Parts: sequence; structure tokens; C-alpha cells
Amino acid sequence: MLRIHALCASVEEKPILRGIDLELPAGQVHAIMGPNGSGKSTLGYVLAGNDGYAVTGGEVTFDGQNLLEMEPEERAAAGLFLAFQAPLELPGVNNANFLRTALNAVRRARGEDELDAPSFLRLARSESKRLQFPDDMLKRNVNVGFSGGEKKRNEVLQMAILRPKLAVLDETDSGLDIDALRVVADGVNALRRPEFSALVITHHQRLLDHLVPDRVHVLSKGRIVRSGGPELARELEANGYSQVVADAA
Amino acid sequence: MPAVAETLDTVQSITQSGYKWGFETNIDMEIAPKGLSPDTIRMISEKKGEPSWMLDWRLKAYENWLTMEEPNWAKVGYPKIDYQDIHYYAAPKRPAPKSLDDVDPELLAMYEKLGIPLKERAILAGVQAEAEDDDRLSPPSGSNIAVDAVFDSVSVATTFREQLSKAGVIFCPISDAIREHPELVRKYIGSVIPAGDNYFSALNSAVFTDGSFVYIPKGVRCPMELSTYFRINARNTGQFERTLIIAEEGAYVSYLEGCTAPQRDENQLHAAVVELVAFDDAQIKYSTVQNWYPGDSEGRGGIYNFVTKRGACRGKRSKISWTQVETGSAITWKYPSCILQGDDSVGEFYSVAVTNNRQQADTGTKMIHIGKNTRSTIVSKGISAGRSDNTYRGLVRIMPKATGARNFTQCDSLLIGDQCGAHTVPYIESRNPSATIEHEATTSKIADDQLFYCRSRGLSEEDAVGLLVNGFCKDVLKELPMEFAVEAQKLLAVSLEGSVG
Repeated sequence: MLRIHALCASVEEKPILRGIDLELPAGQVHAIMGPNGSGKSTLGYVLAGNDGYAVTGGEVTFDGQNLLEMEPEERAAAGLFLAFQAPLELPGVNNANFLRTALNAVRRARGEDELDAPSFLRLARSESKRLQFPDDMLKRNVNVGFSGGEKKRNEVLQMAILRPKLAVLDETDSGLDIDALRVVADGVNALRRPEFSALVITHHQRLLDHLVPDRVHVLSKGRIVRSGGPELARELEANGYSQVVADAA
Repeated sequence: MPAVAETLDTVQSITQSGYKWGFETNIDMEIAPKGLSPDTIRMISEKKGEPSWMLDWRLKAYENWLTMEEPNWAKVGYPKIDYQDIHYYAAPKRPAPKSLDDVDPELLAMYEKLGIPLKERAILAGVQAEAEDDDRLSPPSGSNIAVDAVFDSVSVATTFREQLSKAGVIFCPISDAIREHPELVRKYIGSVIPAGDNYFSALNSAVFTDGSFVYIPKGVRCPMELSTYFRINARNTGQFERTLIIAEEGAYVSYLEGCTAPQRDENQLHAAVVELVAFDDAQIKYSTVQNWYPGDSEGRGGIYNFVTKRGACRGKRSKISWTQVETGSAITWKYPSCILQGDDSVGEFYSVAVTNNRQQADTGTKMIHIGKNTRSTIVSKGISAGRSDNTYRGLVRIMPKATGARNFTQCDSLLIGDQCGAHTVPYIESRNPSATIEHEATTSKIADDQLFYCRSRGLSEEDAVGLLVNGFCKDVLKELPMEFAVEAQKLLAVSLEGSVG
């Protein structure tokens, strides 16, 4: 599904990623953990194609395609979804409109028929009900005046509607209470299929209690310094990053 | 679904570079020699078969104009206009047709190309098709639009006239009105905007060739939206429309005006005058979508648009509402205003002005509060992209007798890119201590992060800009009649093509 080889990236000439190697097979969920400043969010942005991050080396293949040559919207159409750590506010843009425009853009790019307004609303309402969101969330402007938790839920709603092949969740759990955390985890679990993969970027073990990863990778100073099974997350929780990072060094 | 998504779908089908409607049709023109003189004015007046009082009025305006200076206070720059190098009259050679059957097929084909269905059936079909797609803007009851099409200087077709006349409404080219309803025209023309009001209104008064006349009698609610499509089509021919709308006591009318123009090299002068008069309890809603040719990406060849629009709320509780979406022209100089004479009268101004590339817009409004408890609302949304300059210039004046007057002004600017300019120049004068005046202004930028967020969800960059811009303008677009709201959203997206990246 996703193959990252020797990926290097910098922001304003400052190297952040220094040779990432990672293989994420279809149907698996991998967690990326690591201390602040280790490059976790940068990895998410680079995968989604934010041009504020310069790729200085390495390769990324997604579903056999050279991901790094694609525009962000082409990556979305190919089935990549980044749940933002800090979702953007779009004043005046109605949430349902935004979602429908996005979904239809993606469907068009995939050669599928567009959804008309009634079918879209049925889909959006049923997804938002399943995620236990109030209906009025669809009527509000995208993320404007949303609480931190609501913004994160809105990312999960977008993901549920766009049905990506690969979801990159950038600290989607941060700032969420236990119940909201479960909603986010359930949202991802609901998408789990043999052809769906997720890369879960997180600081904390607690999301991984609900969203059990196949592999856990520890990122430090722009490199993956250790990889292991779900037990690695628990080890990190017990001993802290510094111990694990020091052991790896 | 709100119209935005619907529209964006449509917009994707019109993503072409350059000016979409840049074409000319070949219809033989009868053109006056270049230059402005009493003889030119006599020729125009004679061509139009006008009574002598009209000619005298024109000549007086011309005398006035000769003594005036072209205004230079607006934040716009352009090469000096040679008023003697312009044709002041051009007409299709055929006599004005009496019915649609007589209209030149080529002309009808051109309107088809523009998406302006002239035939009544087509209009109705078009309206219904849009209505089905859109439940935010519910179709007005009996959603008919009467179109008085202006092709250069002579009106070529008028539809729905019969149905309107049954209601007692007069809707016709102003040159017809001068001949057929001279008492009304003579009474009201120049009564809101005197010929000598400003340089461009004086010029217009001297040489105006066409435009619309609307008269709604007492207590009549006009049975349909009135719509005129203006179009410039003759090389080097300035176009000077004159529109006069009168709503008698308790009358209501909604008037829509829209323009597209063909691509060309020379700058074209356009100086229209629009006068509105509303008596007791009357309401006039005047909506414009302006899309004159803006020039190429370097600003060459665009239309110069110097417009004087003013409405007089003469009656108690009368209301005049201006809504404009300005996307075209190289230069826009335009301040649709309200004179709130009647007690409890209401003036509104809702505006979206988009400038891209080298376009310059200096636009806004004047709200003159004279009567007691008069109210005005100003909502202005300026969008600048490319290397354009966009200025809001507005005056709120409370006169000494306007006790209890209230104004609310909201002025928002949106910048796209880092080479454009947005300027807000509000003038506030209050001579009555009981007045309440509020002014809010914001400036924002479409952030790269917002664009990336949209693109990461699958939207193209231009769709993302369209979505954000339509969101920014929502408060104004919702004031437009349904047919125009959809068209306006298309225009916004089309005019901002290529403005990012």
C-alpha cells in the first residue's frame, strides 16, 4: 500500500526528516510515536503534499504510484487522507457543501458518478449519526466556532465520507476526552478492511487501546529508531521516549 | 443544497483561460462620425425621433459638461480619454424589430452563446431547471423574467410586454418612453441625478442612446423580475445607457441588470446613469452582475466603467436596495446611492467587487439620511487578486432633521496573493446627535493553509478559491434574485481563474 524509502524533507532549509524507511501493507494499521519535534507531523504533511515542506531525497510509492510527483488533490483522489492535527477554519463555507464538493471532486477523478444533493445528504446524515454527531454540524461553516473536539470529529466525518484507502491521522486524539477518543477510534475501526490502511501519529498509548496497531514505529530526530508490535507502545508509555530512544542509539 | 456546491459543479465546466465571452458578431452598424459636438447630439436625438424638449435638455447637459473637469479623486489610473475620438452613436442597420420573429437570427444566436435565452419558453425552461437544483433560493412565485435586450444602442427585442401592460407596468427602452410617455420621462429624468451632477452624468445626459424605462403604478407589485442585458459590441463606440425606474405609492419592482462584452484591444468608455424614484411604501430592488471585459492580464483593452446610480426614497417607508456583483471592467467607478428623504425610508447596498490582474475598482455607496428614522445598511465585500487595486469608498451623511437615523456598515476585504491592494475609505458625517452609526471593517487573506486543506480533500486549487470566495461573499449573494445568484457565483469563480499559484 505505502512504501517509504530514505525519505528526507526540510522546512525552510532545515532538515526535519532524515531518511525514513517504512512499509505499510494493505489492511494494516501502523502507529508512529515519538517526542515533540521528532518529525511526526512533517511526515503527515509530506505524504499529503504540502508544498511548505521540501522533499530533499527518497521515494514514496502509494498503491504503485510515485506519490511525491502528485498534486495534493491527486493524492486525495488516489485515496490518501490526512486528518489534520489543527483543522483549518473555512469561514462562510457550509460543511455539507464542502464535503459534497470534495466527495464529488474525488469521485469524478476516480471516474465515478457524482452524488446528487439528496443522496449525498442521506450519506452524510447516516455517517454523522453513526459517529454520534449532532445534525447541525453539517449545516455549520467548516470548523468555524468548533471546539477542539468537534474539529477532530469533523475530520473523522470527512474521512468516513471520503472513504480513503490510506488514512494518516495526525494526533487526532490530542485534546479529546475518553468518549471522544472512542468515537475517533470507532470511526477508524469502521473503515478497517483488507484494502484499508492507517498511519496513526500519536503521543499517547490510550488511542492505541481502542485502535490496536499492527506495528508501532518510534520516530526520533527524523528517523525511525525502533519498530515493534503493539507491546512497544505500552513499553513507551511505561518507560518514556528517552529510554527507548537512548536504547536505540 | 445551498447554491455554492451546485455552482461549483457548473463552474468546473467553464474553466477556460482568458475571457470566456470574448467574441464579436458581425451585424452592419450605422455609426455616427467620431467626436462630440452639438451636431452629434442633434443626430442622436433625430435618430431617436425625440421631441424638442429632450434635445434641448441634452444640449444643456452638453454645455454643462464643457465647463466641467474629469474627476480625479478616485484611486484609479488610466490614460487620458480623448472624448473626440469616440463614436457616440451606433445602431444595427435594420429598423428596430416589432417582434421576436424580426430579430436578426445572428443576434439571437449570440444571445444563445451567452446563455441568455430570449425566447419566453427558453427563459421559463432555464429558470425551472435552476430551481430544481437549488432549494436554498426558492424560486419566486411565478418565476418569470422579462428581458429587454440592449444590443449596442438600440433595443432589439422586448418580451413579456403584454403581460406587464396588463398590470399597468411600463417596461420599455427609454427612447420609446420618450416618445410614448413623454410626460413621465420629462417629469422624472434628471430629477435624482441632475444633468450637471458630475462629469460623467453630464456626458451621459448629452449623448445617452438607450437604456430602460420602468414605471410601476400605485399599489402594483410587478408580476415578474425585470431584466436587461447590456452589451457593448461596436469598436470604439462608447455606450451611454440611461435607466429610469419609478415606483409609485405601494409599488414593488425587482430589476436585474447584467453585462458581458466581447474582447477587444481599445479601451471602451462606458458611462451609464441609473435613476430610481420610490414613493410612499414603494420598494425597488436593483441588482447588477457586471462583467465587462476587464482587459488582458496586463490590463490592456478593458472597459472603463464610470457609472452614476442613485435612488431617491421620496416617500414614507419607501425602500431602495442596490445589490451589485462587479467582476469586470479595467476601471470601475461606481457609487450606487440612496437619498433617504421620506420618514422611515430604508436604503441598502450590498456589493461584491472582484479585481484581478491589473483591474482597478473604486466603488461604494452614499447614504444620505434626510427624513426621520431613516435606516441604511451597507455590506461591501472586496476581493483583490493579481496586481489589482480594490477600493471601497462610502459616505454616510446624517442631515440635521434625520432624528433617529441609523446606519450599519460592514466592509470586508479579501486578498489573494501578495501583490494586490485593498483600500477602505469611509466618510461619515453626522449632524444629528440622535443618529446611530456603526462601521465594521475586516481584511483577510486566503491562507495557503486553507488552500492546502481543501486540496488535501480533493478540490483543485481553483475550486478551493471559488469555495472560499463564495463563502466570503455569501451575505451579499443571498440578496440577489435566484437567477442572478447562480450566475454571479459562476462569474466569481471565472474571474478569479489563475489568481493563485
